[in-house]
Amino acid sequence: MTQLALVIDLNVCVGCHACVTSCKQWNTSGWAGPLVDQRPYDQDPTGTFFNRVQTFEVGEYPNTETVHFPKSCLHCEEPPCVPVCPTGASYKREDNGVVLVDYDKCIGCKYCSWACPYGMRELDENQKVMKKCTLCIDRITDESLPERERKPSCVLSCPTDARLFGDVHDPESEVSIAIREQGGYQLMPEWGTKPANHYLPRRKAKIQIHEDELDRADNPLKKEAPLPAAEGETLDDVAW
Amino acid sequence: MHPAFSVIFLTTLIGAGQGLFLALYTGQVYSIANLLDPQDSVTFYAWGSLLALFLLALGLFASFFHLGHPERAWRSAAQWRTSWLSREVVVLPVFMFFVMLYGLFNYFGLTEVLFVVRGQLPVDSTLLIGLIATLLAFALYLSTAMIYASLKFLQEWHSPLTVVNYTLLGLASGFTLAAGFAAWTHANLVGFYVGWAVIFTMLGMISRFASLYRNGRMKRLVETSNAIGVKHNRIVQKSQGFMGGSFNTREFFHGKSPAFVRFMRNTFVVLVFIVPVVIMISAANAGSFHLLIVAFVVQYVGLIAERWYFFADAQHPQNLYYQAKG
Repeated sequence: MTQLALVIDLNVCVGCHACVTSCKQWNTSGWAGPLVDQRPYDQDPTGTFFNRVQTFEVGEYPNTETVHFPKSCLHCEEPPCVPVCPTGASYKREDNGVVLVDYDKCIGCKYCSWACPYGMRELDENQKVMKKCTLCIDRITDESLPERERKPSCVLSCPTDARLFGDVHDPESEVSIAIREQGGYQLMPEWGTKPANHYLPRRKAKIQIHEDELDRADNPLKKEAPLPAAEGETLDDVAW
Repeated sequence: MHPAFSVIFLTTLIGAGQGLFLALYTGQVYSIANLLDPQDSVTFYAWGSLLALFLLALGLFASFFHLGHPERAWRSAAQWRTSWLSREVVVLPVFMFFVMLYGLFNYFGLTEVLFVVRGQLPVDSTLLIGLIATLLAFALYLSTAMIYASLKFLQEWHSPLTVVNYTLLGLASGFTLAAGFAAWTHANLVGFYVGWAVIFTMLGMISRFASLYRNGRMKRLVETSNAIGVKHNRIVQKSQGFMGGSFNTREFFHGKSPAFVRFMRNTFVVLVFIVPVVIMISAANAGSFHLLIVAFVVQYVGLIAERWYFFADAQHPQNLYYQAKG
């Protein structure tokens, strides 16, 4: 079964919020209607976003790391938000594994947002229905777009290519290779939700070079001196 | 979690309505077994059922206010196979229908004996209707409590104690109301109902204290390091990604000080478990209807505080993602 998902590379994300802005723009001007944005220029603004980038500090000063953490619906394989929905508005698509909300059925009871441990679902205060990341289902299934653009807008807008999109059930896809090779992990796996989105951890590429590897123990010349050939001809230089 | 008053009113009102109906039916069963005097079917059972139905309907009406689209609420019966909320939406109207039927059969005096069990216990149609309604009442307690108890990430709620508490507190408030109702209709069942109300209140106190103890001692299973998957024991959020509020910062937090939450806890302990019992025991001796109604009102106000505390107590793991404004 195809399970489309994102892989987010925490090693590369710089916290620029380009994904947040492009997601908001695409979904506000798309077919599903605007995302609410109340008092955007006044005190106490609020709004509905499908994707947010958060910042965490790991460690104790001065040995700290700043981790920028983009957070959007993980499109779980066992989504806890689907069985609790009383109207069936919350569903997971069989063909590509994307978890979606049917805005015509949703009654806005907020039970799905209680059931999601990651806090990915938000109530749209204007439309009064629950909304969440749709994995840009209207872009990825749109045949009229060129192949290159049939990706979620957050993936296309990331300047550092921190976001990858593909099928995590296909072992040869870009995302599966990244998960396998770079140690991709799921969030809160112990709850059994089997999130499809993975995160790539902070990592540095290092090789170990030891002192004694630089200095050869069995050096026949006993010192790194110029070779005898530099001092004139040797027997090896005879042409015949 | 943010306590929503519409849901607080829903659960406390239907809990009391269910408890009142169960009290009436218990009285009927006891009177058929000749342990109590039989009561008049119109003044006691019919008006009693109407009162229970009124509480249930008021609760159902209150519940519409927590929906974004109440006009589509009929759709919420669709997923009864998987969702406890859906199951509650199915069971509540069916239960109300059977309570109405019970009341109507009693009002029109359709209480002819249909058959006799073992030559001693006469069975009439209201007994059978009441039996179905009783089973539905317990199914409704279960469904309502399981809406909250089935969420395994909400550790404070995910326990059988949630179901036990809903049932016992609903029964306690219902029997307290039944005692007042019995005093008003001059049925000599006041002592019986006060006795059972005190028993259910005391049992409810034990189970509610057990859940307070459990929640106080509980080890949180999710910390920030699980939440973002970075393995370090010191992780602090510096920014939640926005400076204003959002649904996630409002819906999952009560917004009050810890002192206020403690005050609500102390309030409900006193108003649900202590004051009504004291009032009821002294009122049963005096036979005063007014005191018994005061006991119910005090217990009901206490139950509103208890339900508020129940919601405020739960800490959703998503709060780990929303710690720092910035």
